[in-house]
Amino acid sequence: MEIALRSETLGWGAEAVLRDVTLTVRAGDCVALMGRSGAGKSTLLRALRERAAGRVAEVAQDHGLVDALSVFHNVWMGRLTDHGTARNLRTLVRPSAAERAEVEAVLARVGLDGLQRRSVGALSGGQRQRVALARAMLRGGAVVFADEPVSSLDPAQGDALLQSLIGQFETSVMVLHDVGQARRVASRVVGLKGGTVALDAPVAGLDVARLMELYA
Amino acid sequence: MRLRRRDVGLGFLLVTLAAFLVADLGAARPDPWATLTAIGRGVIAPDFSDLGGLARATGLTLAFAFCGVAFGAVFGLLLAPFYRLAPVRWLCVSVRAVHELFWALLLLNVTGLSPLTGVLAIGLPYAGIFAKVFAEYMEEARDPLPPGVGGVAALLWARLPGCLPQMRTYTLYRLECGLRSSAVLGFVGLPTLGFQLETYFRQAEYGAAAACLLVFLALILPMRRWMIWRLAPAYLAVSVVALSWVSHPPMGDGALLRFLRDVVPAPLRTGAEWGPWLGRVFAEQATPGTAQTLIVSQLALGGAAVLAAVAFPLIVPRVVGRWGAVLGHGVLVVVRSLPEYMLAFVFLQILGPSLLPAVLALALHNGAIIAHLMGRQAEGLRLRADAPRGLTLAGWDLMPRLSGNFVALCLYRWEIIVRESAIVGLLGVATLGFWIQTNVQELRLDRVLMLLLVTIGITLGIDALSRRLRAAMGAGAGLRIEGTRGQVVRTT
Repeated sequence: MEIALRSETLGWGAEAVLRDVTLTVRAGDCVALMGRSGAGKSTLLRALRERAAGRVAEVAQDHGLVDALSVFHNVWMGRLTDHGTARNLRTLVRPSAAERAEVEAVLARVGLDGLQRRSVGALSGGQRQRVALARAMLRGGAVVFADEPVSSLDPAQGDALLQSLIGQFETSVMVLHDVGQARRVASRVVGLKGGTVALDAPVAGLDVARLMELYA
Repeated sequence: MRLRRRDVGLGFLLVTLAAFLVADLGAARPDPWATLTAIGRGVIAPDFSDLGGLARATGLTLAFAFCGVAFGAVFGLLLAPFYRLAPVRWLCVSVRAVHELFWALLLLNVTGLSPLTGVLAIGLPYAGIFAKVFAEYMEEARDPLPPGVGGVAALLWARLPGCLPQMRTYTLYRLECGLRSSAVLGFVGLPTLGFQLETYFRQAEYGAAAACLLVFLALILPMRRWMIWRLAPAYLAVSVVALSWVSHPPMGDGALLRFLRDVVPAPLRTGAEWGPWLGRVFAEQATPGTAQTLIVSQLALGGAAVLAAVAFPLIVPRVVGRWGAVLGHGVLVVVRSLPEYMLAFVFLQILGPSLLPAVLALALHNGAIIAHLMGRQAEGLRLRADAPRGLTLAGWDLMPRLSGNFVALCLYRWEIIVRESAIVGLLGVATLGFWIQTNVQELRLDRVLMLLLVTIGITLGIDALSRRLRAAMGAGAGLRIEGTRGQVVRTT
């Protein structure tokens, strides 16, 4: 598995956000995308995701939750593509005990066990984020794309959950805003500045000053 | 008090079931299939032989719509800046609470079958609606002028130009409604397509009746193509000329004075006793009429909700594919373009007199409208990259996400369905319209006025209840639907 961008211009619609982007994500990479707000991190993440082949999981920045449904339903959404329409509609109305158990197991990993019957609309920001994480974990696959997946959690909890998420996928691409966290969990940092890739280096031996330049 | 959507839904379900139990839905017609096959044959082979009559009716349908909508838009625009004043607001609320057909029935006593009746029947309620919607637009329009600029100057320089595009769009939408109203006015005797349709149907000339329906669809479906704003003055001028040529039986002198005298309650006018009069009007007519109106509207609302929930995914490409969505759009647009009154008339011919045709027609028409608006919202939703397709998407994503809007839209159509339920009484279904029609025929205009007031009261009551429910569910008290044609917009 390899996702490659070669001198590409990326953006939303006709407006270019990033120019001349050349980047290759290889199997086994754990990439942290970094840069100031508006630097184009989400744009790059989306471009990589669109070019990824095979089964991918996603943790969207806005969590992508359906408020009117329960925690169970929002987590099980990760599995919808595995089943036919009839089964999916049955699950929507009446989840089986086995399905509930599977979801409960993954909820336990994010610390939300016992809450699967709760309506998502009634959860706090941090809990909502953990539901989105649980969905990606339940889905599984070769690559996970996560956009600020632990921004509403405290650093210790965030680190643990990120490790747990990354451990499940061969390749991870994440937008992170916490420099320390990126250094602790990622294996490679891609920094964006001035509308292009300004930094692409392994975390091992990476100077903090170089990282901080992205935010200068 | 805060209500949960589920409880409100359950309440509506129970009320609908109760209405179902007491409703008379039995079809009296022995063989609906015979009529249905005859109509089917007519639709397959429409009969355009009466080309002159069709062309005249089509032209006049357009003319009434143009003049009526223009009247409404002009007066609405003039009233809009003063909409904040309570007397103006109440004037607008009361003229728009009376349906176009009821206005026509009233005006027939003053202006007779003259074209003015048709223009005013459309124009008066539309003026009330335009005033409200335009006032909302102007209130929301940005006012970049420095403070201290006077109200009139600010209105003309900033607010009016600022909301001109929305006002245009809305006027176009109203013109579409005006075409439907105009066609339906034929059922009370004005020379539009509805008149032709009714005549052909009564003579069992189903081919010609089908031709009427097809012509109407050919008129309304491509409306956004032929309605060119630069040509609007020309369209309007031709319409005025066309209407002025329409010959009509003359009204005797003093019709207005006679009308004004006749609407005074009989006990006041003739010194008759109040007891029997009140008993007649309220106990014998208004009460059963109200009950039937509410039964029809409840069943129609339930039907429309079910239809909308089932049908809206059918116009979302991610659910049914591109061609499926085109087909779904096609079916919905035809169903919602035909006036509900016309549908009810056709169903009545097929199914015989009971509440069923009225319920079916209102459910279909309103269900198609809700489904259309929901479908458009569904297409605008931002979905996850790994979102499913097909019915899974509809069940797991679209419906739960849009459920709030769905309830809001149903509640918004509720009041409209009640108004329409009263109106279908003119076709012989025993809702309030039936009793109003009966009294019109007996020239008891005082009773007509009382029953109209009851109708207005129910409509306003339902409107208030719908608002309260929406607010209690947190669906946004400031939810504005009419002016945005159902694009549920939060203003608060």
